[in-house]
Amino acid sequence: MTVLLIITILILTGIALWQITKIFELSQLGQKKDDSQIATEKDNDLNGKLMFAFLVFIYAVTIYSFWTYSKVLLPESASAHGPAYDTLLWISFAVILFAQTLTQAVLHVFAYQYRGINNRKAYFFTHDNKLEFVWTIIPAIIFFLLIIYGMITWGKIMNFEEDEDALVVELYAQQWNWKARYGGEDNVLGDANVRFLNDFDGKNPIGIDSSDPNGMDDFVVTQEFHLPVNRKVIFKLRSQDVLHSAYMPHFRAQMNCVPGMITEFSFTPTKTTDEMRMNSDVVDKVNRINKIRFENSKLLTAKGEESLEPYQFDYLLLCAKICGTSHYNMQMKIVVESEKDYEKWVAKQQIFSEVIQ
Amino acid sequence: MSEVSSIPHSNHDDHHHHKETFITKYIFSQDHKMIAKQYLILGVLFMGFIGVAMSLLFRLQLAWPEQSFAVFDIFLGDWAPEGVMDPNIYLALVTIHGTIMVFFVLTAGLSGTFSNLLIPLQIGARDMASGLLNMISFWLFFLSSMIMLASLFVEAGPAAAGWTIYPPLSALPQAQPGSGMGMTLWLISMAIFVASSLLGSLNYIVTVINLRTKGMSMFRLPLTIWAFFVTAIIGVISFPVLLSAALLLIMDRSFGTSFFLSDIFVQGEVLHYQGGSPVLFEHLFWFLGHPEVYIVLLPALGITSEIIATNSRKPIFGYRAMVASILAIAFLSTVVWGHHMFISGMNPFLGSVFTFTTLLIAIPSAVKAFNYITTLWKGNLQFNPGMLFSIGLVSTFITGGLTGIILGDSTLDINIHDTYFVVAHFHLVMGISALYGLFAGVYHWFPKLFGRMMNKNLGFIHFWITAIAAYGVFFPMHFIGMAGLPRRYYTNTAFPYFDDLANINVVITVFALLAGAAQLVFLYNFISSMFFGKKAEQNPWRSNTMEWTAPVEHIHGNWPGEIPHVHRWAYDYSKPGQKEDFVLQTTPLGKDEKETEH
Repeated sequence: MTVLLIITILILTGIALWQITKIFELSQLGQKKDDSQIATEKDNDLNGKLMFAFLVFIYAVTIYSFWTYSKVLLPESASAHGPAYDTLLWISFAVILFAQTLTQAVLHVFAYQYRGINNRKAYFFTHDNKLEFVWTIIPAIIFFLLIIYGMITWGKIMNFEEDEDALVVELYAQQWNWKARYGGEDNVLGDANVRFLNDFDGKNPIGIDSSDPNGMDDFVVTQEFHLPVNRKVIFKLRSQDVLHSAYMPHFRAQMNCVPGMITEFSFTPTKTTDEMRMNSDVVDKVNRINKIRFENSKLLTAKGEESLEPYQFDYLLLCAKICGTSHYNMQMKIVVESEKDYEKWVAKQQIFSEVIQ
Repeated sequence: MSEVSSIPHSNHDDHHHHKETFITKYIFSQDHKMIAKQYLILGVLFMGFIGVAMSLLFRLQLAWPEQSFAVFDIFLGDWAPEGVMDPNIYLALVTIHGTIMVFFVLTAGLSGTFSNLLIPLQIGARDMASGLLNMISFWLFFLSSMIMLASLFVEAGPAAAGWTIYPPLSALPQAQPGSGMGMTLWLISMAIFVASSLLGSLNYIVTVINLRTKGMSMFRLPLTIWAFFVTAIIGVISFPVLLSAALLLIMDRSFGTSFFLSDIFVQGEVLHYQGGSPVLFEHLFWFLGHPEVYIVLLPALGITSEIIATNSRKPIFGYRAMVASILAIAFLSTVVWGHHMFISGMNPFLGSVFTFTTLLIAIPSAVKAFNYITTLWKGNLQFNPGMLFSIGLVSTFITGGLTGIILGDSTLDINIHDTYFVVAHFHLVMGISALYGLFAGVYHWFPKLFGRMMNKNLGFIHFWITAIAAYGVFFPMHFIGMAGLPRRYYTNTAFPYFDDLANINVVITVFALLAGAAQLVFLYNFISSMFFGKKAEQNPWRSNTMEWTAPVEHIHGNWPGEIPHVHRWAYDYSKPGQKEDFVLQTTPLGKDEKETEH
């Protein structure tokens, strides 16, 4: 039945197209019959004007998108390096929008203005070294400045020092969940390897080497991990099976997790989860999401199912590298809180030596 | 000036009255024009149709996640229980869509069609340097396509590790269903594809170097030929690296080696692999993968240069700068691959180096865009469908290229890497732009390919709907990327944070369906014009290049009698003192005429 329907639609589309061409041809009646299939003066005029209209369209799409979609963008950053990242981003955007607005205007306005007229001769203009030099050197200077700025920021973000009071956290990726490991009292992570995963009847879910004394006070958490605000965190990233990518968009942080390697990233969280929930952009976003959830709940309750709970903002650790079936749902909650609350949370965790007893 | 002439083929004339059977003429043909048509129909129309159709299927899923669709039921069968798409087949569709569009349509289809058609005709050669290798190249491509399509029918589904097939995901059948037989077929198909591509590229290079007609010096070559020539060189340099990566991956998968694998625990089992690194694969893959972008793009830009000059009735502005930027882009394209790997775990110092080389490549790209725009200035623009698509290419090349400034900057890449921002960027700058170049080429050289004209009104409809839909699809995508939504997500509604992006996904899908419908207009126009189109005259666009001096009816050897000689560059449009606004390259200089300095 559906196949029949599709075939009918295809045939009808064919007929519709044929009719549209007929209309186009009819609209050219009264003039000299021209079936050369080469653009005539009239075609040039129409398409030239459409080129101008298209410029307006591009501008309209740009303005509309920024107007309506900018609300979905990430809220202000929640990490110490975040503002530098955002500044660089918006400077780059300013350069791009300026270049885009200008070059699209020139391109489409020329296309409109010089649409072909019979018997007009084009201007013979093969090259102009001065002009070409100018428009090679201007982008070169702009790009050069952007490169320098970018490199300085990159260096600051990536070349972090392993100072003593930084908190060391291991993010451990597997298909399809995250776990986090803390160094415990000594803030040192014990050695670990996938070879130890089957030790202790599955009580060693990230493969801590039980012969390394540093690992005995480590603790592993699932579902959510906590960070103290305003303290530098050094993340050590591991994966047990395929490539994953630890993506923490609110902190402007991402690094791949590579099996057989320990990769690193560092940032200092600057806003607690509670503070972020008060951020006006976040409040708006949560309201929008809850409106959608409310609508969906109505449908669910009509079907006799449970309604959805209201959504509350939380920082997220996402997987951004394709990793198989449930890639789209591989996430973990991040809680940023005061040092005191963090200590309380740590005190509740069970350390490795207790787990394996 | 080149003294290379048609000597190697001068006795070719004797051949073209050989009796040809159906098989040697239409199937195992060694004639470059027939091979071009074969590439066009298999690579562009057939594979293109499949690639685009796949994207529409997964766009439906993204707009209306986990809903039941009758089309899923029909096309996906067991992979869409009760019409709801399975996450694994979603990843497979994304993977095969990418593979088909990048390699089969925009590499083999685009270069295969236009390099084959235009290199001999525009340089004044009877055929390719080796017709036999050319034929083998096409049939290897055919074999490769068939294997790729066959992989769609294996039980566990086709490859689903993304078109970049990063191991270990692609290496371990335990990691996902698509990494079993589907991935084996993918790798075999791509290995054959590389062989096909290398044979083709070597042929193009040798032909351009050796078989130019008398007077066709390198700096009199049309920019199309420069683009095809340099593209072939990049292909020869980079494709073997993909082949080696594929072979090493086959070794890891089937023979227990550990090139890319180490310390793996999957499905409750510690695997034996020790000492390899997935990052090594990323290096090998992107050493091809980035030049590949330009393998796709340069031919499209070459085609655009030719069509914009012809239809502006003006010389291309800055011919030598255009050649120089093609060469600069080609060189730089081989030293920027690391910008795909800023956060792969490689040394951050390398990140700085690759940021530097990447932003350098923006300079020749900007020069090209400015030169196109200046070519339009004070022209007498003839808006044939090919011209519309060429201008469209310049527009999307700018829009898509500019966001490269953000992605090429290692710092900014941190937070948008592997998000929809990337998808928006590369679809505009290499996907849509290259497709526009492809369409422009088909409309422009259809008379040369089939001796008939395509319907211009359908061409206009095709262009304008596509142009609007392309912006409608990819412009909003930047925003969902900057909202933090990673790519290759089966749905953005698994957890609430991205729920408010659902509306935008609907908008994108509606435009994608519109774009898909517009391609049916093209398909209809193509097929109907092939049989019923108006018969073409010899030089319908009043163009300068040599292919328009060959007879409309295809003959073996391209020109009856002697090959014409070339006396000028390809862009003497509207030259002062000339009667017409074009002068064929084969026209000798007039008595008092000076050769155009360019």
